[in-house]
Amino acid sequence: MGSAGDLILQQLINGISLGSIYALIALGYTMVYGIIQLINFAHGDVMMVGAYIGWFCTTVLKFSFLPALIVAMFLSAVLGVIIERIAYKPLRNATRLAALITAIGMSFFLEYGGMLIVTPQTRTFPSVFPQTVYTFGNVAFKYGDIVIVITTVILMLLLQFIVKYTKTGKAMRAVSYDKDAANLMGINVNNTISATFALGSALAAAAGVLIGVYFNTIDPLMGIMPGLKAFIAAVLGGIGIIPGAMLGGLAMGLIESIVSGIGYSTWRDAAAFIILIVVLLIKPNGLLGKNIREKV
Amino acid sequence: MLTLNNINVYYGAIHALKGISFEVNKGEIVTLIGSNGAGKSTCLKTISGLLRPKEGTLSFKGNDLTAVSAPEIVSRGISQVPEGRRIFANMLVSENLDLGAYLRKDKAGIKEDMEKVFSLFPRLKERRRQLAGTLSGGEQQMLAMGRALMSKPELLLLDEPSMGLAPILVKQIFSIIQEINSLGTTILLVEQNARMALSIANRAYVLETGKIVLSGDSKELMESEEIRKAYLGG
Ligand SMILES: Nc1ncnc2c1ncn2[C@@H]1O[C@H](COP(=O)(O)OP(=O)(O)OP(=O)(O)O)[C@@H](O)[C@H]1O
Ligand SMILES: [Mg+2]
Repeated sequence: MGSAGDLILQQLINGISLGSIYALIALGYTMVYGIIQLINFAHGDVMMVGAYIGWFCTTVLKFSFLPALIVAMFLSAVLGVIIERIAYKPLRNATRLAALITAIGMSFFLEYGGMLIVTPQTRTFPSVFPQTVYTFGNVAFKYGDIVIVITTVILMLLLQFIVKYTKTGKAMRAVSYDKDAANLMGINVNNTISATFALGSALAAAAGVLIGVYFNTIDPLMGIMPGLKAFIAAVLGGIGIIPGAMLGGLAMGLIESIVSGIGYSTWRDAAAFIILIVVLLIKPNGLLGKNIREKV
Repeated sequence: MLTLNNINVYYGAIHALKGISFEVNKGEIVTLIGSNGAGKSTCLKTISGLLRPKEGTLSFKGNDLTAVSAPEIVSRGISQVPEGRRIFANMLVSENLDLGAYLRKDKAGIKEDMEKVFSLFPRLKERRRQLAGTLSGGEQQMLAMGRALMSKPELLLLDEPSMGLAPILVKQIFSIIQEINSLGTTILLVEQNARMALSIANRAYVLETGKIVLSGDSKELMESEEIRKAYLGG
């Protein structure tokens, strides 16, 4: 294989790793939007909190990767539920703009509250994995790449299972489609919304921990850029649609890596936005967006 | 079984139900008829707990329902088929039925009731692996009714089941309503199709702009001059 081929393959590997992380974050945006039509701007910051919990578990408590991941996911789920109950629930019947502004406020609160607690300084994530690099010709896989992809695939399968087959998952789909009708089935709408925040926040925390172990450093503002990109990924795939977030996340990661790989890394972020705009011009509801209309 | 006493419901400043009182006895089919905007749906939503009365009391089997949440009302044995069906179009027919049984834990009973629903509506059985949004209007009405029955209600509230259906389907739906009633479920039926509703109901209440203006035995109402003029087209 020629060096151009190797280069592309290498960027594909990087892109899939990065895209997996975006996808995990994008899922939370899309699920929350699907159920209460709110763009939860604090979602990237929940990811940051998850990363810090993972950091604390691995450095201070000397946990290995998996227990640290689970603790971070669990505590962030609780945080997500608290945020929803305190900040968003009282505004459920307010205008969407009011809720959006509250979400931005919550984002600042977590970022600057985070700085107060953990200081603005960058922290180094301990290397929880062997720093092995597998090479095939000129293409290099890090051990971390494999962990990211496997973790993401497992979490996505788990999410699909929950959403498709469990009672809570069916309730989530019902509530996002029609709250009053869900209420008439005996579904507790508030608890279902909480469950959605819990799941989305847990996935964001997983992404946070993966970013920590992959890029080694974390800081209180680390949620902003990946959060924004994951949001774009969710819109790209079709906001409110779970497979759309997965696809959108992967697409974003790949676009970024390929644009950087061919030597235009300064255009990396712009490329993502341009592709978003083009896709939305052609498919305003995103790649997987469709309208199932009710027959009356 | 169900008693409403001086119920007043508002939407902001709009006084939608103005002191409504009526009752439904066990085993009956009672119909609530009235023209557009009379307050029929508002009345059913209040019974289901989606809306709260500002004044008045509701009770079911002797227990007060006034401050009870919608999910809890389902578990007490009242189920509503809402106006416009409101099926979950993005989910499978079978998943819609599963959701009807959301509060139940008796797996065997759920399965048995699923079979009952399929025997009432064989069409749903054929379509159970299909997205509910792909069903025809009549099939969607059947699904909405089947879904409501999955909670095993003692009282079934039906909001305009004939809406948008061809006359032959209306006949079919109404005979199924009678069948559901004969199997032991009490029915409160809201309709604009007064002729059909009166033909299957034991008793009827007539609602006009938030007030009950007439009530009585359906056969007698069917004969009454006022009803013939206003609701049966002469
Ligand atoms: N969400 C709402 N906000 C404000 N007003 C409402 C709302 N829903 C209903 N109303 C008003 O309350 C009154 C009663 O409405 P309701 O839907 O109960 O009538 P209905 O008898 O069911 O009519 P239809 O036969 O057309 O379904 C109407 O005047 C309607 O405009
Ligand atoms: Mg109505």
